[in-house]
Amino acid sequence: MSQKPTQTNESRRDFLKAAGLTGAAFALGLTTNNVHASPVLNLSALPESVELTPYILIEKSGKITIMNPRPEIGQGTFQAIPALIAEELEVPLDKVTIRQTGGETKFGGMWSQAVGGSGSVRGGYLSMRKVGASAREMLIKAASDQWTVPVAECVAENATIIHKPSGRKLTYGQLAETAAKLPVPKEPKLKDPAHFTMLGKPMPRPDVPLKVTGQATFGIDSKVPNMVYASIERSPILGSKLVSFDAAQALKIKGVKQAVKVERVVGKNHYQGVAVIADNYWAALQGRKALKVTWDHQGYDTFNSVDFEKQLRDLAKSDGVIGHNTGDFDKTFAESPNQLEAFYETPILSHSTMEPMNALAHYQPDGKVTLWLSTQGGDLTRQEVAKVLGVPMDNVTVHVQFNGGGFGRRITQDFASEAAMLSKTIGKPVKVIWTREDDTQLGPFRPMTFSAMRGALSADGKAVALQHKVIAPSIDATMNETYDKTKPDGTMLEGTNEQKYAIPNLNTRYVHADIHIPMTYWRSVTSSTLAFAHECFLDEMAHKAGQDPMAFRLSMLSKDSDTKRVLEKLKEVSGWDTPLPAGKGRGVAQWDFFAGLAGQVVEVSKTKDGGLTVDKVYCVIDLGTVVNPDTVKAQVEGSVAMALTAALKDGITFEKGQAVQANFDKNRMLRINEMPIVEVHILAEGGPTIKGVGEPGLPPLAPALANAVFAATGTRIRRLPFDLEKV
Amino acid sequence: MASFKLTINNQPHTVDVEPTMPLLWAIRDVVGLTGTKFGCGIAQCGACTVHLDGNPIRSCSYPVSAAAGHKITTIEGISKNADHPVQKAWVEHQVPQCGYCQSGQIMSAVALLKQTPKPTDADIDTAMQGNICRCGTYNRVRAAIHTASGEMANLPKSTPKVGKR
Repeated sequence: MSQKPTQTNESRRDFLKAAGLTGAAFALGLTTNNVHASPVLNLSALPESVELTPYILIEKSGKITIMNPRPEIGQGTFQAIPALIAEELEVPLDKVTIRQTGGETKFGGMWSQAVGGSGSVRGGYLSMRKVGASAREMLIKAASDQWTVPVAECVAENATIIHKPSGRKLTYGQLAETAAKLPVPKEPKLKDPAHFTMLGKPMPRPDVPLKVTGQATFGIDSKVPNMVYASIERSPILGSKLVSFDAAQALKIKGVKQAVKVERVVGKNHYQGVAVIADNYWAALQGRKALKVTWDHQGYDTFNSVDFEKQLRDLAKSDGVIGHNTGDFDKTFAESPNQLEAFYETPILSHSTMEPMNALAHYQPDGKVTLWLSTQGGDLTRQEVAKVLGVPMDNVTVHVQFNGGGFGRRITQDFASEAAMLSKTIGKPVKVIWTREDDTQLGPFRPMTFSAMRGALSADGKAVALQHKVIAPSIDATMNETYDKTKPDGTMLEGTNEQKYAIPNLNTRYVHADIHIPMTYWRSVTSSTLAFAHECFLDEMAHKAGQDPMAFRLSMLSKDSDTKRVLEKLKEVSGWDTPLPAGKGRGVAQWDFFAGLAGQVVEVSKTKDGGLTVDKVYCVIDLGTVVNPDTVKAQVEGSVAMALTAALKDGITFEKGQAVQANFDKNRMLRINEMPIVEVHILAEGGPTIKGVGEPGLPPLAPALANAVFAATGTRIRRLPFDLEKV
Repeated sequence: MASFKLTINNQPHTVDVEPTMPLLWAIRDVVGLTGTKFGCGIAQCGACTVHLDGNPIRSCSYPVSAAAGHKITTIEGISKNADHPVQKAWVEHQVPQCGYCQSGQIMSAVALLKQTPKPTDADIDTAMQGNICRCGTYNRVRAAIHTASGEMANLPKSTPKVGKR
C-alpha cells in the first residue's frame, strides 16, 4: 500500500512544524459549518505546504493530507469521510495520507468531530464534498490563471489539473500555494454522482492494513516520555463516598510510587476513587489490590435488580406522561371486541468495548492539558475536560486515537476528565487503564425499559388502536440536574410514534423511574429495547387477527412508504412465502427511528437437545444514498452480533448495590460458533436522502428473533435476555 | 524483582520485573510492543493472544517467569511485510472494524492453520471460540480463514512468505 495513514501525534506535530504551519495559520479556515469562510492565507512563513482548507494540506512534493474529523470506532469513518473529500478533490484515496483531527474549533462547532447517532456520513455527505469541491475549483482557477486560459478548458484528474485543448498539466503540489491565495468558491459545483469513482462502491478501508499488523495505535497504546501508570479503586457500589484509605501495603510493592484521591465526574454524578501510581500498569494494579479503603455506601448497598424490577412493574399502573397521541386510544380500546395486552421487559446493559476505558493525560503547571485517548469526540473531550478542570477549552489539546469500540460509551468523558485531574494532582503525565471489571461495573449503562402494551383490533382484523407505555429510568435524568419529570422524555420513547403503520389511535406514555445509577446512549439507544416490545406486540396482534405477520404489517403501510419497500424486499429475499420445514420458524420486524430504517427476518430451528439455534438473518437496510456498501454490510453484521448478545446473553443485574457481572465470564458475549449467517441487502436508489448505517441494523433483531421463536415453538418471548436452550 | 530473558519475534530481551507479572504487560509496557491487547485479564476474550513455541496462549494470564526461555511470537512477528496469508486474507475480506481484538484473532487463526491447514467450520468454531469480537466480525473471520487456508495450500513448502517460524 502506498498509503501510510498514521496517528502518531509526535510525527504529526513534526510534520506540521516542517510544513511551517504556525498557530496563526491554523486560526483561519474553512469549516463544515461555514464552508464559505476564507481559506488559510497566512503564507508569511513560506511553507513548503499549504492548507487549502483545514481539511486539506498539500505539499509542494505533491503529498496530500486529508483530515478526518470523525473518530474511527470501527464504523469506517476513517475511509468514508476522507473519501467524500477526495472524490470531489479528484484524488484517489490510496494516494492520500489521512490524519485524525483532535476536536480543534477550526474544524467546526461542537459535535462536528464526534461520532454518534449514525450521523457522520449523513452529516458530512454534502459539507465534506463541498470542502473537496472548493479546493478543486481553486486549483483549477490557479492553473487557468497561470496558463491564461478559460477555467472551462481545465479539468481536475488524479491530483493534476489538465488543460484539455493543449494537454498541459500542473500537479496539485505545483498549484497549491497559488490556489490557497484565491477566494473560496461560494457555491462549488459538486460532481454528478454518475461520475463518482469511489462513492457508492465497495472500497477498502485504509485502517485495515494497520489493524492486521498491530500498527494501529489505540488510546491504550499511547506513550509519552516520563509517563506513569495508574489503576483506580472506585467502589462498585455506585454512590458510595470515600471515607479513608490506607496505602501502606500498596506502597511496599515494587514500582508503586504513590496513592492519591481522584474524582470521576459522570454528568451530575461525582464519584471518588483512590489512584495507585506506578511505573508500570501491573504494579499499579497490584498496588490497588493492596489498598485498604473504607467506603460509606450511603444506603446504596441494598439496591438490587429484583426490587427495582418490581418497582417498575408497580409503576406500570400509573398513567405517566403522554408522549404522543392521535385519535382516541381509550375509547377505541374500550369498545373493541378484540383487545390485547402484554408486558415486555429488557435489561440494563454494559457497552463492553473490547478496549477498556483508558486515557493518557498530561497537565502542565500553566493550566494546559494534553490527552491521548480513544474518544467518540475530540470536541466532546476538550469541552468536558475544560469544564471539570475549570480551564478554558483552548487549554485542552486532544490526540484522538483509533477507538477499540465505542457503541456510545466513549461519548461520556468521565474517563478523560478523571485522568486529567489525576495528572494535575500528581504533576506527571499519567495513563489510567480501567480493568475489565471497572469497565463492566461502573457504568454508565444502557437503561432497561419495561413496556406495557395494549392494542385493539377491529372486527375485520385491522389494528385500530395501540398504546405503548414505557416504564424506565431516564438517561437524561441520571446525567442532568435539570431534568423535568413532568415533561415527556423523547429519548425514552424513541421511535414509538415513528413507525409508519396506519393505526388511527396511537398513544405513547412514559412513566419515569428514579435510579441512582448513571445511564447513557448505547448503540441505537432506546430503540434497542423499545423495538422489541413494539414489534413483538404487533406480531401478537397479527396472530390474534389470524393473519400472516408480514401481510399484517404490509396491509398497514401506504404504497409510497419506505417501510413498505423494506418489507417487500425482505419478503422477497427471505423467501417469506416458502413454507419452512417442521422444527423451523421465521420472524419479521422492522424499525424506523432517528438513525435510519431497517427490517430483518430471522430463521431459527430446533436442535436435537431441545433448544433452538439462530440459522440466518436477512436484513434490508434503507439508505437512499450509500457511500461504502461494504462498510454498510459490516455494520449490519456487527449490529446483528451485538443485538444477539443483548437478546441472548446476560445483561447487567445488581445485588447488594453492585453489578453482579464484572467480566466476560458472567457478562458473556456472542462468540464465533453462535454467529448466524447474515445476508444484507441495501436499498440505495440514490438521490438526496441519506440515512444512517451504524445503528439501524440493531433494533429489529430481537423482535424478529422472538417472533421466529414463536413461529417455531408457540412460545412468546416477552423478556430479554432469554436462553435459546430453554425456550 | 527478577531478570528474565525473553525471545520475542526472534529478538532477545531482558526484562527486570516481578515473576508474576503477566507476559502481556512485559510485552506492552516493558518491551514496548503494543500490538498485543489487554481485554479482560482473565483469559476470557483472547485479545492478548500470542504464540509460545508456536502455540496460542493468553498472555494476560501467563506469568512472565513461565515464558522465559521460550520462543514468543506476537502480531508484530508473524511476517515482515504484512504478507502472512492470514493477514492478506484479513485485508481481502476487510475483517476488522474497530480492530482491537484482531491481533488476537489473527494469532489464533495462524496457530489453527499451522495445526490444521484445512480447517472445517467446526475446527474454526473450536479454535476461534476464545476470541471475542464485540464488533461482530465473526463471519468475515471465518471466510478469511478459509481463504488463507486455500492460499497456504497453494504455496510451495519452502516459501519464505509464511512468516517466521
